[in-house]
Amino acid sequence: MAAYMITPTLQRVLLSAKHVSFQSRYCVVAGRARYSVVYDASEKVMKTCRKMGIKTVAVHSDVDANAVHVKMADEAVCVGPAPTNRSYLNMDAIMDAIRITGAQAVHPGYGFLSENKEFAKRLAAEDVVFVGPDTHAIHAMGDKIESKLLAKAAKVNVIPGFDGVVENVEDAVKIAGQIGYPVMIKASAGGGGKGMRIAWNDDETREGFRLSSQEAASSFGDDRLLIEKFVDNPRHIEIQVLADKHGNALWLNERECSIQRRNQKVVEEAPSTFLDPDTRRAMGEQAVQLAKAVKYSSAGTVEFLVDSKKNFYFLEMNTRLQVEHPITECITGLDLVQQMIRIAKGFPLVHRQEDIPINGWAIESRVYAEDPYKSFGLPSIGRLSQYQEPISLPNVRVDSGIQEGSDISIYYDPMISKLVTYGATRAEALQKMEDALDHYVIRGVTHNIPLLREIITNPRFISGDITTNFLPEEYPEGFTGHRLTPEGRRELLATAAALYISAQLRSQRFMGNLRVSTTSQEQSQWELQVELEKKSHLVSLSRSGSSFTVEVDGGSVEVSGEWNLASALLPLSINGNPRVLQCLSRDATGQITLQYLGTQFKLRVLSRLAAKLTGHMPEKVPEDTSSILRSPMPGSVVAVSVKPGDMVAEGQEICVIEAMKMQNSLIAARAAKVKSVHCKAGETVGEGDLLVELE
Amino acid sequence: MAAFAAARSSRGVLSAIKASFNTFANVKHGLAVAPIAQSHLLQHARWYSVSHLSVHERIDRKRNAALVGGGQKRIDAQHKRGKLTARERVELLLDPDSFVEYDMFVEHRCSDFGMEEDHNKFPGDSVVTGQGRINGRLVYVFSQRNVLASGVVPQISLIMGPCAGGAVYSPALTDFTFMVKDTSYLFITGPDVVKSVTNEDVTQEELGGAKTHTAVSGVAHRAFENDIDALLNLRDFFNFLPLSNRDPAPVTECQDPSDRLVPGLDTVVPFETTKAYDMLDIIQGVVDEREFFEIMPNYAKNIVVGFARMNGRTVGIVGNQPKVASGCLDINSSVKGARFVRFCDAFNIPIITFVDVPGFLPGTSQEYGGIIRHGAKLLFAFAEATVPKITIITRKAYGGAYDVMSSKHLRGDVNYAWPSAEVAVMGAKGAVQIIFRGKTNQAEQEAEYVEKFANPFPAAVRGFVDDIIVPSTTRKRICRDLEVLASKKQTNPWKKHANIPL
Repeated sequence: MAAYMITPTLQRVLLSAKHVSFQSRYCVVAGRARYSVVYDASEKVMKTCRKMGIKTVAVHSDVDANAVHVKMADEAVCVGPAPTNRSYLNMDAIMDAIRITGAQAVHPGYGFLSENKEFAKRLAAEDVVFVGPDTHAIHAMGDKIESKLLAKAAKVNVIPGFDGVVENVEDAVKIAGQIGYPVMIKASAGGGGKGMRIAWNDDETREGFRLSSQEAASSFGDDRLLIEKFVDNPRHIEIQVLADKHGNALWLNERECSIQRRNQKVVEEAPSTFLDPDTRRAMGEQAVQLAKAVKYSSAGTVEFLVDSKKNFYFLEMNTRLQVEHPITECITGLDLVQQMIRIAKGFPLVHRQEDIPINGWAIESRVYAEDPYKSFGLPSIGRLSQYQEPISLPNVRVDSGIQEGSDISIYYDPMISKLVTYGATRAEALQKMEDALDHYVIRGVTHNIPLLREIITNPRFISGDITTNFLPEEYPEGFTGHRLTPEGRRELLATAAALYISAQLRSQRFMGNLRVSTTSQEQSQWELQVELEKKSHLVSLSRSGSSFTVEVDGGSVEVSGEWNLASALLPLSINGNPRVLQCLSRDATGQITLQYLGTQFKLRVLSRLAAKLTGHMPEKVPEDTSSILRSPMPGSVVAVSVKPGDMVAEGQEICVIEAMKMQNSLIAARAAKVKSVHCKAGETVGEGDLLVELE
Repeated sequence: MAAFAAARSSRGVLSAIKASFNTFANVKHGLAVAPIAQSHLLQHARWYSVSHLSVHERIDRKRNAALVGGGQKRIDAQHKRGKLTARERVELLLDPDSFVEYDMFVEHRCSDFGMEEDHNKFPGDSVVTGQGRINGRLVYVFSQRNVLASGVVPQISLIMGPCAGGAVYSPALTDFTFMVKDTSYLFITGPDVVKSVTNEDVTQEELGGAKTHTAVSGVAHRAFENDIDALLNLRDFFNFLPLSNRDPAPVTECQDPSDRLVPGLDTVVPFETTKAYDMLDIIQGVVDEREFFEIMPNYAKNIVVGFARMNGRTVGIVGNQPKVASGCLDINSSVKGARFVRFCDAFNIPIITFVDVPGFLPGTSQEYGGIIRHGAKLLFAFAEATVPKITIITRKAYGGAYDVMSSKHLRGDVNYAWPSAEVAVMGAKGAVQIIFRGKTNQAEQEAEYVEKFANPFPAAVRGFVDDIIVPSTTRKRICRDLEVLASKKQTNPWKKHANIPL
């Protein structure tokens, strides 16, 4: 999606600032495409540019021609086909776009070329302003090895580790042994969890080295890896900094980003419940020291790991706008994009450190097109058949680059949006987040709202006692969705039954003079049976107007609402409390899928007669899945490690699927002989496609 | 029975559902398996028929015997096979307490092979017939053929057990045939006869199961998981249909705004004209509540047909499916489409057609198979249809296939084009290869052709499309047009009947 928008920006910025130091027609904003991270950056950037009177040019791949950022921009230039290395990473095409449109500045967004020093250099050569730090800062901070050395020199706390590039697998094992397990293997270039793996022993080090270097090569074009001590039970807390070209720098407080899965952030908040003012200041000051040491200008983020004793270690510095920057904007009241553009122009910072407040609390949930029931989120693809953001709610902000009808493809990261809520207190912000998640309509792709809603209502999360291992610690068997309480179950059953009856009643209402029985009078009492999670519940309903009294599981539930069967949202009053459910599907056989407290529940409502007879229906035998390997996600096959006739051991790698730039090794569930192979390297596969059959 | 059913329906009263409720048909002759307890009961039943009980008592006893049918053992046996009894099926299908049974006292008159014996006679033998209501609307439930009523009342067959020999023509003559997976079969001759005649080894399921008939032969229109699913779906389906050819298509209460914009439609058609998309995305986006009852979803998938509602009113939807074989028309898809269009026209159901068709499928297998003859069926069906016809060209509308798909030339009432529409004789590449055969700068010619013809303007200039519309407004436009067309009256010249190219 988007990505590079070129905006005739700077000129206007400059004009409005009464400093016409150079003539510029456009500012190119380079973001990332369906990497929502990126495109939302572009959108955000464009909004700010518009506010500042700057025109924008979006660059996009051909599949993104209809993307939101493209529509928002004043001009758009297609820079190539969907694969990112031929479009958003294609520097030649982007330089051409800049020349064609006469853009005079480039805002790189969050991804793609945002931290590419080569790109910054080429822009500088053509006198195009790069809205970001100088090339040398990108260079210094973009290389994790060099950045660590610099941080050490700037008296910033660093994690013990190996200061150099790992040569080969055996070297990796040796270094890991010296540092002591667990260790983290990560790509020297890049970030965002890509090419990053934790190893607890020599074997995992070998596997991690191989996969990480492949990922690093495909994502960043640089397969160098480094190894460092893995700090157990850490929190991930980062400091937003802002520095100008005159040697001034500020820290804009912290963001708590500990809720992660596979080293990618899921829920972030600002401020952190964990930091006291002294720690915050110490971290902020070290971040500023580092920024100054590399003569940093623009917005940047210094990431730290913080242990339970509040010791903190420098992790890395991101020399770009971060996905989670809105929560900092919420609590400080600063528009970071605007600050970036001002700094790029050469203005000095207007704020002083004591001007930076912490006002209220902001939470960000990253809404992904992912199946949270598989490893807390494996990518899913599809077409957004219905899509409604909860933007009508107060204090809710949604940054997305998609719209109803958008395709979530395998080419880009699966982020749908960043959902940000704000409140005077953390409790208020969390309550808003619950409401916002309940009101968020996403149909056509599997999404992680069930997981997000469970996280923000998890007692341990609410208490603030979190680490980066929160998810595996809280859900050791994997995420399984919301666990119903007896009361919740009654509410859900009652709602399903009432919805079923509402639909039944409507299907008896024909308009016009049709020959419908006049003798039958409308029923007001029903006896039903509702199945949920393999259990049957007897339900009795009585109706008065749009309100149902439902007797179920020895309790009574009062449920009323408009019962608009065409609406995606089902706003109800249950026992007098407002509650928003979503009806995801409903069919003639009584199957109803409801989204309740974020999780989707499948129910079946039957008349007592149908329920009684259901027992006679033959059971359909499900496919035996232990001997077949299906693709757990859409993606492309990187390697197939077996051929028909091979013997595989339990846990042996069968093939590797790459999706959204992550390589996933698929393993045999049991020892067996390979019967047939249905995929080959380079092929694109869909979720559920048969890959390999075992005997 | 046939006459009875025909007579009833030809009075134009009602809609009929023909159900193959031959529950006990596979209990051959009954005598061999009839257990003692049961024959005791039945002997008892026969006994009173010759006793001196009062007529009232005899009626009651007969009626009770009829309700028990073949007896609890046989009911249990039926259940064990994963099937319901005829009476249970009727009860599930119809509104509570609405069933009025006919001919409960009929018994078979077979006197061969011991069938005349008392314990082999059951009141209400084999079939349950009568009338009832589905969502308050009258329906007849019966068995056996009813040829004369075709086109008078909608008829649906639900196959819930084995059905073989001449009996298969009973469902074949009805408008829709639904089957139950794994428990129902339709074939002219069963696997044993097939083996003895052609030496083919084939199972019942392969020969005439639900999968075969919904995906391969096209005999059945839908298959459902089990008896209950089938009956509940039938109730749902019935709500789409008018009661007879003299009733308008039903209009139900609609909560989906008729002027709802569908933003997703603006991006659904890909930029590359060779790239596929799913026509169901368009259909579900446009219709009420995304609810689409697809007919023959697994057969000739290059065309999509089915029922939906627009602002509460039943409509028939026909659409080319670019996802399958580029949405081309071939023999099977033409026949599938034609049959559906004929049904809609017979029962006053407006037809909405979504066109993205690159042409008829070329090749010897199609030509030898008679694509000309079969394609003509679809052409004929659309041309003869007098119900409201609204057509939306979403992308390709090439050549003869364009013509066939409810074009203006076939008396389409309202024909729209999306901006992505290309109404032309054929695609740019093919056209240029013919027009400029042997010339070198074909790429240039192709670009010129695209500029000239790969857009909706040539058709709009000639009045073949009434308007070029923004895709997201499609629902709004169709709903408005349907209201205008609700009073459409069109008659074809008198004839005994037309000669459809069969």
